[in-house]
Amino acid sequence: MKDKLFKLLLFVASASVLLLTAGIIYALIGGASQAFGEYGFWGFITNSEWDPRSATEEYGALSFIVGTLFTAFFALLICLLFSLPVALFNGEYFKGTKISSFVGSIVGLLAGIPSIVYGLWGFYMLRPLTIELGINAQGFGIFTASIVLAIMIIPYASSLSSEFLSMVPNNLKEGAYSLGATRIEVIQHISLPVAGSGIVASYILALGRALGETMAVTMLIGNTNNIPKGLADTGNTMASIIANQFGESDGIKLSSLIAIGLLLFIITAIINLIAKLIVKHMSRA
Amino acid sequence: MTERKQTSISYRNGKNKLIYILVCTLSFLSMLPLFFIIWEVISKGYKNFNLQLFTEVTPSSMDAMLSRANNGPIPGGILNGITGSILIVGVAILLTIPLGLLIGIYLSENSQKRFAKLVSYLTDLLQGIPSIVIGIIAYAWVVKPFGGYSALAGSVALTIMMLPMVVRSTEETLKMLPRSYKEAGLALGSSYINVVFKILIPSGFGGIFTGILLSISRVMGETAPLMLTALGATIVNWNVMHPTSAMPLLIWDFYNDPNLVDLIWSTSLLLLIIIFLLNWLAKIVARKWKI
Repeated sequence: MKDKLFKLLLFVASASVLLLTAGIIYALIGGASQAFGEYGFWGFITNSEWDPRSATEEYGALSFIVGTLFTAFFALLICLLFSLPVALFNGEYFKGTKISSFVGSIVGLLAGIPSIVYGLWGFYMLRPLTIELGINAQGFGIFTASIVLAIMIIPYASSLSSEFLSMVPNNLKEGAYSLGATRIEVIQHISLPVAGSGIVASYILALGRALGETMAVTMLIGNTNNIPKGLADTGNTMASIIANQFGESDGIKLSSLIAIGLLLFIITAIINLIAKLIVKHMSRA
Repeated sequence: MTERKQTSISYRNGKNKLIYILVCTLSFLSMLPLFFIIWEVISKGYKNFNLQLFTEVTPSSMDAMLSRANNGPIPGGILNGITGSILIVGVAILLTIPLGLLIGIYLSENSQKRFAKLVSYLTDLLQGIPSIVIGIIAYAWVVKPFGGYSALAGSVALTIMMLPMVVRSTEETLKMLPRSYKEAGLALGSSYINVVFKILIPSGFGGIFTGILLSISRVMGETAPLMLTALGATIVNWNVMHPTSAMPLLIWDFYNDPNLVDLIWSTSLLLLIIIFLLNWLAKIVARKWKI
């Protein structure tokens, strides 16, 4: 009897996850309905105007969608340059050694630093550097935000891909070595192709992180409501516009911000789903 | 087969060596930001890292300005942020642990069921939600219905962030336990509930506890969801229904207030110390109670 009750309790607790998810979707759609009702779904995401002045009040998400994709993909590009070597270092060259676990845990600690501390560091250390390099006058913008974002996602991308690299079967590599291949040829023709889709998945997961990152980006991107025209330009991401303007909003503006939150939720959900499917496929093979 | 161009062995060896050096250099460079950040926080934060930081609440902008004008120290600390973080994260822990453990046990025991697969998939979905969106959700669930910003709303937001991590670590740990543990318990006539709480949970304690510690360290520095929920306060508050400050929220306030800007580094230093301590503790627990 007691056991039956306990099993029921376990089931109810698990069912609460369903309830939680439903509640999340309901809250977001409910909050966003006013904005979508006013401008229409397509109208909202293809309009680049964000004008809170009451006479000409008008809201659209396009600037922020572009700003988000721009920063996230540029950050991913920089991240690739550093996290792939780290993954090779830990998963191939120094697999299982002390130095690899040292490098791994140092890079892993980067994941523990709060977003807001990254923002401070970017503001006080990186921003003067970008001014000095002459990228732009104030030092704010896509460039500065992306660099900090890249550092923030290095641990996520590198830890998962080094795991996939270290899972490449030894006999495949030994076969190539016995044919006279050099180490880099083994990596190029055996390790990377075998671990390939897993590595891609870890970068997709890192991209998902970059898209939703808030505080550091908010502090560095410059917070202007326009479509960024280049790396030196300022802008806003979907997350940063919410962080900046949520507190003082009501009515249609609040609803528009929640609508942006809903879009962000959908984009990250799809990206995570793709990555999880690839990982699942990999671990079955 | 396509015809491969013959390349000399010295070229191939050279390329091999070059890439090796490149990989080592770039890996080394990837470690540098951590040291830069820690250095920046320590070198600027140690000056205000004193007893006053822990015993006094945030000064008003005016007091700080006057004191600065006389070249004095900042008259105050971050007591309201420390107690706020304890309150908000504490309530979040109380909400997360029972629910997370129960769901984790269910998933590990019924992994083949369709329903469990759905729950497992949704847990992954929850884990991927950006923190700012979680802030919006807690705003819609708690702040709006109860008519005001509150510590509880912040706790709900942090609970949504912690739950997937605790569920996953519980599930994975329990799945790693040998089946014989459970079978031995049941064969001795023990009830299912006893097997779970007297055998499975204690045996997997290390893994479960590690997961909880890591999830706490992850939400400790969260700012964005708290901005939309707990809002902040300049007094020490222990009422979950009132607006409350937290350490990351204070960093954000100080960042926006030129008179208090000196306090950001000591607050960041304290936050980093707490987070790294939690990570270190998690590592020790994981090593000590290894299955």
